[in-house]
Amino acid sequence: MGETRNISVTINGKTYQEEVEVRFHLADFIRQQLGLTGTHLGCEHGVCGACTILLNGESARSCLLLAVQADGQEILTIEGIAPSEDELHPLQEAFRDNHGLQCGFCTPGMLTTLLEFLKDNPDPTEEEVRIAISGNLCRCTGYQGIVAAALDAAERLRNQNVNQIQ
Amino acid sequence: MKPPPFSYHDPRSVDDAVSLLSTLENTKVLAGGQSLMPMLNMRYVMPDHIVDLNKIENLSYIKKETDALEIGAMTRQRDLEFSDIVKENCPIMHEALQWVGHRQTRNRGTLGGSLAHLDPAAEMPAVCAISDAVVRVKGPNGEREIPFAEFPAGYMTPSVEMDEIVTSVRVPCWQKGHGFAFVEFARRHGDFAIVSSGALLELDAEGRIVRSAITVGGVGAAPMRITEVEEAISGQIGSEDVFKEACEVCRGIEAMGDVYASTEYRQHLAAVMSRRALVKAYDRALGGDN
Amino acid sequence: MDGKVLGQRVPRLEDPGLLLGKGRYTDDVRLPGTANAAFVRSPFPHAILKSIDKNAAMDVEGVIAVYDFSDLRPHMTQDKLPVEFPSGVPNAENAGPAILVKDETMYAGECVAIVIAETRHIAEDAAALVFGEWEPLPAAGDCKEALEPDAPSAHRDTNNNLMMEMVQEYGDVDNVFSSAPHTFREEIWQHRGTAHPIECRGAVGRYDPVSDQITLWSSTQMPNLAQSYIIRVLGLHENQVRVITPDVGGGFGPKFLFYSEELVVALAAKLVGRPVKWAEDRREHFLAAVQERDQYWEAEIALSNDGLVLGVRGHVIHDHGAYTAQGITLPYNAASTIPGPYKVPNYRMKQSLVFTNKVPCAPVRGASHPQGTYVMERLMDRAAKELGVDRAELRDRNMIRGTEMPYKKPLKTRAGVNIEYDSGDFPKAMKMALDGCDYYGFKDRQRNSRADGRFSGIGLSLGVKGTGRGPFEMATVRIGPSGKISVYTGAAPMGQSTRTMMAQVVAEHLGGDMQNVEVVAGDTQPIPMGMGGFGSRQAITAGSSAHIAAKEVRKKALKVAAHMLETSEEDLEIRGIEIFVRGTDMKVSLGQVANAVAGTPGYALPGGVEPGMESTQRFLTDPLAYCYSAHCCEVEVDPETGGVEFKRYVIVHDSGNLMNPMIVEGQIQGGAAHGVGNALFEWMAYDKEAQPLTTNFGEYLLPTAPEMPGFDVSFLESPSPLNPLGVKGVGEGSTVPVAAAVCSAIENALEPFGVHISEAPITPQRIVELIASANPV
Repeated sequence: MGETRNISVTINGKTYQEEVEVRFHLADFIRQQLGLTGTHLGCEHGVCGACTILLNGESARSCLLLAVQADGQEILTIEGIAPSEDELHPLQEAFRDNHGLQCGFCTPGMLTTLLEFLKDNPDPTEEEVRIAISGNLCRCTGYQGIVAAALDAAERLRNQNVNQIQ
Repeated sequence: MKPPPFSYHDPRSVDDAVSLLSTLENTKVLAGGQSLMPMLNMRYVMPDHIVDLNKIENLSYIKKETDALEIGAMTRQRDLEFSDIVKENCPIMHEALQWVGHRQTRNRGTLGGSLAHLDPAAEMPAVCAISDAVVRVKGPNGEREIPFAEFPAGYMTPSVEMDEIVTSVRVPCWQKGHGFAFVEFARRHGDFAIVSSGALLELDAEGRIVRSAITVGGVGAAPMRITEVEEAISGQIGSEDVFKEACEVCRGIEAMGDVYASTEYRQHLAAVMSRRALVKAYDRALGGDN
Repeated sequence: MDGKVLGQRVPRLEDPGLLLGKGRYTDDVRLPGTANAAFVRSPFPHAILKSIDKNAAMDVEGVIAVYDFSDLRPHMTQDKLPVEFPSGVPNAENAGPAILVKDETMYAGECVAIVIAETRHIAEDAAALVFGEWEPLPAAGDCKEALEPDAPSAHRDTNNNLMMEMVQEYGDVDNVFSSAPHTFREEIWQHRGTAHPIECRGAVGRYDPVSDQITLWSSTQMPNLAQSYIIRVLGLHENQVRVITPDVGGGFGPKFLFYSEELVVALAAKLVGRPVKWAEDRREHFLAAVQERDQYWEAEIALSNDGLVLGVRGHVIHDHGAYTAQGITLPYNAASTIPGPYKVPNYRMKQSLVFTNKVPCAPVRGASHPQGTYVMERLMDRAAKELGVDRAELRDRNMIRGTEMPYKKPLKTRAGVNIEYDSGDFPKAMKMALDGCDYYGFKDRQRNSRADGRFSGIGLSLGVKGTGRGPFEMATVRIGPSGKISVYTGAAPMGQSTRTMMAQVVAEHLGGDMQNVEVVAGDTQPIPMGMGGFGSRQAITAGSSAHIAAKEVRKKALKVAAHMLETSEEDLEIRGIEIFVRGTDMKVSLGQVANAVAGTPGYALPGGVEPGMESTQRFLTDPLAYCYSAHCCEVEVDPETGGVEFKRYVIVHDSGNLMNPMIVEGQIQGGAAHGVGNALFEWMAYDKEAQPLTTNFGEYLLPTAPEMPGFDVSFLESPSPLNPLGVKGVGEGSTVPVAAAVCSAIENALEPFGVHISEAPITPQRIVELIASANPV
């Protein structure tokens, strides 16, 4: 084993104290060491976006972060999006209802990216959605179902917020 | 595609970082990581030591001084993109940031990292070139300032010593109402441009160009000012024809050529994109909408 | 299709798990004690491996083993992998890819050795320390140049890179050309890259010494075939090898192949006595996953004065790569596709397959049908222009009419089956696509946009694709004593919603509750036979088998229920998980019915039926069901940058009955997106010496969301008479016409510049160059 460090990372609300090799990127740490395999590696050079996670609420490619850099930070992965074990988040529901996924491999990156984007821009245009996911490759859908899902999710989330306010 | 073995250092101060750099051999500085990390994963670089600047405090800030912005080297592209100070005082930087990578990479990528990496087609070096920015670096012998014109030493090589780090950038602001534009042509949204161009213009009351700055990126080894164009349009009333004629000189720029874009195509695009930048900047200067 | 669930937009069974991050792909298989593998790959496109020094690598801490060819050969029955679809391949016994380089490497990236270590990181560290002593040889790069007399040989033991020639022909083509009033000739270069599923390949091997069994988890489109290859090459018994395909993150063709990495990982797991994982990285995928590549075409068309096609002839030079990985399908498909939707009375297409020092070529989504279609559609555009006839009009004059279906072509598929279009209406689909894009109003729009200095163009194309390659795919439908329904199939899901499709088919007959249906696929242990996912085939083959099996099980369930409820079968209905006497609340559950035929020791089965509530079916189909896709798109071209932007894109697609319109739309959109990549972006570049130049996603461009048009998809539904569901495949059909339609539109946009396009992909730089060369200063 090469050089290691002890780190403490909170992922999906749970804090992990781990000794990690300093050369492990965050995605390998999350997947291999913690067994949270919902985050996927599609290129490991920062283009495909499948490994996107939220780092302190901001989308980032986990293949372009060292695991040691996550020390003391908060991370959200696809496993932490749904409100409970058997309930989908409105964004996930919209993906299901608009056929926003086929093989599901790009899905973790699409969901995390859009989660952040829809928070910043709750009522986006189609073009804005397309630009928001321009850093995420999908080979199955031609992006059309994903764009439809994002626009649908925006509406669901807006309605949810209205309902919560009322 | 996994990083090679290395030792990891995360100094808490610039001085500690500099001292690590001046004592350790074969070191790479890690800022936002959006260029270094892919190179590490692909083992295009094999450093023995990584010095991570992310734990250093006070390297991330955007301040307005009298006639310039002072920006900390570790300021994230995202923070620049969403900064009202930047949008108001250096609108070309705001516009250029729309072309920088993707949401996820802008969340991590830093201004200093982009300058130190110095990709020939990167937008932030182009903005520094057009703004006559001054890059501050710190090394074992203290701090020094590098005017951006002297910053690139070659292809992807800044004139920063191995034991120096970029600490901040001073970006002079143009006066209110100036015209600006940053345009580029890339194959896909968020790709490095094949060719980018920036233009800044100030006009007199009659619409004559009294001050200008024009850059092209992706053509030479680093983003470059096209002073011939600046001189040619000086004192002129702008028009499509004037700009077109002036920008033809770009076809003679010494340009890179590779399997992705030929020398001739880059030269051609340099002429096209610089004209488009000037037309857009001139319209804005006339409209005075900033 | 109008069933309870069949034909409906029902949500997919796959989605909840995938959306919650509970998918299990090959790299997610985590077995205790797993070691990780990296491959040492050839740095040279062509070289002699004189010796190999593994000592430095073995000395790295954490390295478990390093194996080269000589280490593995004693455990194998042959040097090379078997050729998939070997029929017609010269010297087929020895034409397959090397397992590990023995003495001569024939492409850069070929596997030379495997390093097994505690982590992938260490394996990569050590792989860099395996030193081969290489003697580089001249390499065959471009396939056209490789045919020249003094070209370097791709294989040192031959002096000719021409692997073989084939000809497809009918009629008296030369005679027609010598007398035809109009003939036009085109030279066309076409290139497609590799498929790039977002999940790369991967394999996890495990050896169990107790049962003496190897288990291989692999991201493959063909688990059962993979099992048979392992058995063959390692000389094992069927019971000693199990292949499991977990979730697959996209296939698109290149995973329909058994690769040396899969074999070596399986064997290495046995040799080191620990599970071994290899998760392919993207660079490896660029280097070593099969691709489609270059085809150089010369094609001529002959027409009468009234624009009727009299004949087509030509020649294609096809880059075959270094080995024969999968038969000779690609150039054959391209050539047999050319006549397409048209009546072409005389035809000859010669194909030259050329060895190069590059990774083997094998089908990517569309399997060379896009290239054949591109050639014919370019000829049509050319002829229309020369004859002064509208492009749509000329096509319409030559199209096979709907009333002529079924229509037999005087050609055979690669498998020797007659090409007979089973159903459809090409002119109607084309007209719908044209209307959807307002083709006939476009001239005015174009005039207006040109007045604004914008260059818009409209393009059209229709492509036909045979689907549902037989002979069969099995399905077993079983109701267990729990009342739950299991479906076992040899079909291989890789993102196409196969589980949902199968569950829809079965639920339709057995209560309508898809949640009660579990589809088991991709595991050779419970599923002894299977061909897998390729050629847009699984809805037809596996779907039909499941359909017939579900009907059989239904019949039996009703018979047993009638016996139990003392009523007649006609009075029963299945609702959810129960069987009711119509109009009453008298019922038995599916579980009770299944239990009744599960047998009780010593007691007779009720109603005199066979034991077990199950049926296994292997629906046989040889002829292909032909789907087709009519495309019309509008683009705007920036002549200064060469940039192309879509304004609209209309697709009218006919795949027969739609089992789930939502899923079919997704397939059509995704397939068309792949076509856009091939038309505008994707280029797997090599230098003259066959060194790959584009080995990452920054260099090889996949289309992203902002560049993609929103496809406006609608359907004709001409049921196929060839299968009980009346369906045709949907995976590839919409990829076929895209490059042709897009280039037609670009050429139309650039009409004022006199630009002629005879290549795909067409890049912005090329557009600028073509404008410049058509308009010399």
